[in-house]
Amino acid sequence: MILAFIEQVDGAPTLLSLEVLTMAARLARNMDVPLDAVAIGPNGAAARGILTSYRVGTLHLADDLRLAAYAPAAWAHTIAELADRINAKVVIGTASDRGGEVMAHLAARMTLPLAANCTEIVPGDAFIVTRQRWGGSLLEEAHLKGRVKLLTLAPHALTAEASPNRTEVATQTFAPVLDDKDFRVRLIPQVEADSGKISLAQARVVIGGGRGVGSAEGFATLEELADLLGGAVGCSRVVTSLGWRPHADQVGQTGTRIAPDLYIACGISGAIQHMVGCRAAKHILAINTDPTAPIVKQADYAVIGDVQKVLSAVNAEIRRAKSGHERMVTEAPAG
Amino acid sequence: MPMNVLVCVKRVPATAGQITLTPDAQEIDTRYLGFTISPHEECAVEEAVRMIETHGGSSTVLTLGPEAAVDQLRDAMALGIERAILLETDGREWDPVATAAAIVEAIEAERAAGRSYDLVMFGNESADSAGYQVGVRVAGTLDLPCVTGIKAIEIDQGRAAVRRQTESGWETAEVALPAVLTVKEGLNLPRYPSLPGRLKAKKKEIERITPHWQDGGLEKIRLKLPVQAEHKVEILGKNGDVGAEMVEVFQRLRLL
Ligand SMILES: Cc1cc2nc3c(=O)[nH]c(=O)nc-3n(C[C@H](O)[C@H](O)[C@H](O)COP(=O)(O)OP(=O)(O)OC[C@H]3O[C@@H](n4cnc5c(N)ncnc54)[C@H](O)[C@@H]3O)c2cc1C
Ligand SMILES: Nc1ncnc2c1ncn2[C@@H]1O[C@H](COP(=O)(O)O)[C@@H](O)[C@H]1O
Repeated sequence: MILAFIEQVDGAPTLLSLEVLTMAARLARNMDVPLDAVAIGPNGAAARGILTSYRVGTLHLADDLRLAAYAPAAWAHTIAELADRINAKVVIGTASDRGGEVMAHLAARMTLPLAANCTEIVPGDAFIVTRQRWGGSLLEEAHLKGRVKLLTLAPHALTAEASPNRTEVATQTFAPVLDDKDFRVRLIPQVEADSGKISLAQARVVIGGGRGVGSAEGFATLEELADLLGGAVGCSRVVTSLGWRPHADQVGQTGTRIAPDLYIACGISGAIQHMVGCRAAKHILAINTDPTAPIVKQADYAVIGDVQKVLSAVNAEIRRAKSGHERMVTEAPAG
Repeated sequence: MPMNVLVCVKRVPATAGQITLTPDAQEIDTRYLGFTISPHEECAVEEAVRMIETHGGSSTVLTLGPEAAVDQLRDAMALGIERAILLETDGREWDPVATAAAIVEAIEAERAAGRSYDLVMFGNESADSAGYQVGVRVAGTLDLPCVTGIKAIEIDQGRAAVRRQTESGWETAEVALPAVLTVKEGLNLPRYPSLPGRLKAKKKEIERITPHWQDGGLEKIRLKLPVQAEHKVEILGKNGDVGAEMVEVFQRLRLL
């Protein structure tokens, strides 16, 4: 039996959970064993419909009102009990913050090894997994042992694939026996008021600044370009360490992962820890004085020159283009 | 109320532009590299120093690694950590189960010697192997509450109120000490070491414990670099006025 731990929001499995189900279904076929899923928290039952496209036999739901709030140790205890009960040989979850946290608790509780952020999984007596190190700039092939194989799947290691042949999914509710101790940590969500700002993770255009921007004040030209293009400003770690920008703006391994249509990297060298944060960008435009900077080799477009000079020129050009456009619109004859 | 804080850090190569592997593909070729710790762990070190400045007590830094990891312990002491413990290995990497067990053993030896920790801090994940688990495992074995991914901590009357970021905002939790917290960069802005701090750290004693290795069940076979797609860069211009060329790119990508 393979058990997939899925996360869901209002009954809809997250994209990463669909990726986990896709991988779990492949493994189940490979190993010729059934696949079950478990969802914890409110509205889990509503996920059943989507699971019919992923070869899931039974969707297990935990019946304990205390599990409505997110309590990592309690969620892990719940999965451990279920894994025992259904004799799971594999438990696989997402590598989201939550998925990773629950799986780590599960591994600690079951005293089993855990392979985090896997991109490939080859079953066997010991599994051979490929997993991400350094945020994905390096891969490791490893043997994963243990009577139950515990894994998390790296985000977007594969594309979620719903099978066209739907199958019946049963639901089964079980009541785990939990200790008060499992609830020592409960996380209370605080939804933030929408600031109206375009978020770094969601922006279509990100203008990133590095040491080459020169100073905190130097970011004014980046802000202006972001305004003109409707984008967000990001930065490198050197910039946050110098206190020029808050850490919330940092792109990279220990910052935010971005996926814009265009990333404009200004005065950024392109260290691997920065690049793992922007490798999902569809296009990269680098502005750098050094034509041999690593970022230039990895970019689609490059401008060799001083950030401030280049940005002043392009900002002026966009303003000119926009006002020309507006003039044309206002001067266009009516009717 | 004075407190005892322990911070666990891991020595890793300070890779920058690209990674080169050793011929046997077991390690990163570090011949031309410096070493550092994860930014998350730097924030844990800074937070420990601030806690002791505010509440009094004592801070300790611990690492499991080769003799050379003494450098990272001294870096932490240069920022204000008082004591350092080295769990010395032959330099081979230990998997998360073995690492956590060695750290637990050290914490228990400390407790037996009359020093128990109110707070044990980790990085959310190590910079290199990124197992996302050593802190949680240590908490599990010591039967302590654990919160991961923390970006704000407030200590008050034997409790820690913590905050962490989610896609849609924040999550908060409160735990009684003793506890384990794993933290993320952004928790604070670490200070730079002062020269007197560096000099003082140089003279400090490093305490040593010989750790016991065990087969944790996750065994590295080899490292490999991800395949990079063939790539061509279009140089839009040098120095001169490239405004028009850039605007054309924005238009081509339908951003204007
Ligand atoms: C474990 C770990 C995690 C890390 N996580 C992150 C992370 O999340 N994000 C991150 O960004 N970094 C991270 N780093 C740091 C990373 O290794 C680099 O140190 C950092 O990204 C470099 O920032 P930078 O490009 O701004 O600075 P530099 O590397 O100093 O590069 C500055 C660039 O600006 C160019 N330049 C200088 N002047 C000008 C000018 N006037 N006009 C145009 N160009 C100019 C230079 O040619 C150079 O290419 C991490 C490091 C480690 C070890
Ligand atoms: N060799 C080590 N020595 C001391 N602490 C470690 C070591 N390896 C991992 N840690 C700690 O555990 C955290 C999580 O590591 P990991 O589970 O590998 O992602 C790191 O950020 C460190 O705080």
